[in-house]
Amino acid sequence: MPPFPQAAHTALADTQLRSNLRHATHTIRDKRQRVVDEVDQWEALRTKGAQVKDDMLAHLDEHLLTLEASLTARGAIVHWARDAAEACAIVAQVATDHGVDEVVKVKSMATQEIELNEALAAQGIAAWETDLAELIVQLGDDLPSHILVPAIHRNRSEIRQIFLDHMAGSGRPAPADLTDEPRELAGAARLHLREKFLRAKVAVSGANFAVAETGTLVVVESEGNGRMCLTLPEVLISVVGIEKVLPRFADLDTFLQLLPRSSTGERMNPYTSMWSGITPGDGPQEVHVVLLDNGRTNVLADEVGRQALRCIRCSACLNVCPVYERTGGHAYGSVYPGPIGAILVPLLKGVGHDAQVDSLPYASSLCGRCYEVCPVKIDIPEVLVHLRAEVVDAHRDGWPTGMDLAMRATSVLFADPGRMSLAVKASGVANRVVAGLTGLPGVHGRSLPGGRAAIGRLPGPGAAWSDARDLPVPPRTSFRTWWTQTHGGRDETAGGRS
Amino acid sequence: MTARDDVLARVRSALHTATPRPLVAPDQPASRSPETVSGTSDATRGGATSGLVDLFEERVADYRAVVVRCTEAEVADAVRHGLADSGTVVVPDGFPDDLLGLPTGARRVTDDGLDAHALDAVDAVVTLATVGIAETGTIILDHGTGQGRRALSLVPDRHVCVVRADQVVADVPEAVTLLDRSGAATRPMTWISGPSATSDIELDRVEGVHGPRTLHVVIVV
Repeated sequence: MPPFPQAAHTALADTQLRSNLRHATHTIRDKRQRVVDEVDQWEALRTKGAQVKDDMLAHLDEHLLTLEASLTARGAIVHWARDAAEACAIVAQVATDHGVDEVVKVKSMATQEIELNEALAAQGIAAWETDLAELIVQLGDDLPSHILVPAIHRNRSEIRQIFLDHMAGSGRPAPADLTDEPRELAGAARLHLREKFLRAKVAVSGANFAVAETGTLVVVESEGNGRMCLTLPEVLISVVGIEKVLPRFADLDTFLQLLPRSSTGERMNPYTSMWSGITPGDGPQEVHVVLLDNGRTNVLADEVGRQALRCIRCSACLNVCPVYERTGGHAYGSVYPGPIGAILVPLLKGVGHDAQVDSLPYASSLCGRCYEVCPVKIDIPEVLVHLRAEVVDAHRDGWPTGMDLAMRATSVLFADPGRMSLAVKASGVANRVVAGLTGLPGVHGRSLPGGRAAIGRLPGPGAAWSDARDLPVPPRTSFRTWWTQTHGGRDETAGGRS
Repeated sequence: MTARDDVLARVRSALHTATPRPLVAPDQPASRSPETVSGTSDATRGGATSGLVDLFEERVADYRAVVVRCTEAEVADAVRHGLADSGTVVVPDGFPDDLLGLPTGARRVTDDGLDAHALDAVDAVVTLATVGIAETGTIILDHGTGQGRRALSLVPDRHVCVVRADQVVADVPEAVTLLDRSGAATRPMTWISGPSATSDIELDRVEGVHGPRTLHVVIVV
């Protein structure tokens, strides 16, 4: 994937995408605000959510052992995976043991993160996504662009075309007279997927929460595809990130209030499923749980970044982000887009060895809205700044960059008043030259809020900086010169006012 | 070293090297101790039982489910009405006979381990519930007596659910506490808030994707 600025340029040029995104992010953010405003202790609830997660993380090893013991006692088989490859191998092995060539899937960020579908395909096992949006993405051979609504970048007519073109290739075809009415499109998905649910032997899910004391896994959803996968097949494999643990069943009270309101903007999502291991006569009689690290312990080891492990994947930060709203999820080049992705991906993968990952902490204006809406109070701007410092540190031992040279020169000037004074005089001349540039062909003058003139784009090496920023036209005299000439403004005031 | 030992060792090493920072900023008012957070909305706090049932009814209807309120004597009729023109109705073990009303000509199906395809051929299901949550309009099934295993209330296209007024609690924390104390926490559970729905297409809400497209709730007062 190209680094963020490059990918963002492509996305910004797509006007259909921008209009789809604007509609979607604004609709969902307004819904969220309405149901959050109903809760009079929302702030205290956020603090409690953050605290429960922090306390859990501080004793993560103990809670994981409790969870393992509870699950085992309830008849589940617990696996541990250091990384994506191990997790995928475990799932593939269980599927192979049962001789299946297909599995049905509940939407899960963890299985996307480990690229499970691709790994299963390599073993000749088809993984059918059953969430409507994931189905749209899978049939369109596309990538998800949002955590909650992965097909947010598609409108209804695009979806209709995808269904007509591709449903037949993987099962029951779409009706030939399909219109682009959302109700009809959902109906086509219902029929297409029902035959898969009814014949599936093995299902794969993630989990929103895993309660250590009871071994309860929780899946929060809307459509009922989750319930189908969790209930009908004989075998269920759940891939669960180690940070999903909650110590006690009672902790669910906080998160089942925070998550639906932050995520879909509803008081409660239509369906929440809870199960603990095996229940004779009800649901899958063989249950596997894969506890996944895949970089989470790196995040845990980062004092500032650790708070990212509180994330409950609600996606509220995406919907309010001015950068996400304009570029969409694909520009982030990862399954975790938006503000949370801009910190989570570099934290999980580490910085300093991949230009794309290193570009993510800069994919933000640091406006802070993501922090305000986060239900578990992740201070995303703080972590972004922390990661920017880490990215800079990671590149220190090579050739000095333009910024390094500029900073060194500045340090030489600032260290000596004589040098500083000389430089300031020179800068007055330089400023007149720069100001004069605005009149040249190819350099576009603009005006900033407040009416001050700005240079839209600098030529030469300055272009890299001015590509995404407006440079205010510098004043023609330096502050020091102005001070000397006007005696600190006294003469100017005396002459200028009556 | 097994993956288990390795992951646990990494967790311990991470916890050893990094000191967690205090969460709450110093300027945060101390009077709002998070421990005191329980009920969430004025609408539900300290309300009389009838107020709770009113709110429950309103919030369930908000999801475009059908809600009717009736007395014990009227339940069978309300259930029959809710089942509409269903030809086959699966009735879970333990569903009280005196609450069951079937439409004329409808066939009662007993769950003797119906497979998925057999269940798919059934038109409707009628169940009891364990808890109702007023604030969120949620019905909780713990799949005990009269509620059937999870698949029963999932595959048929119409779900008629009978909830007693005294099962309705104010909010999510009350429900979680109740379930925790009653020992339901290790049972399979389904929390239902309205019929199956999706907003995946342009965020237009469409009721009815995979779960029952019609949810009919009978509140017994």
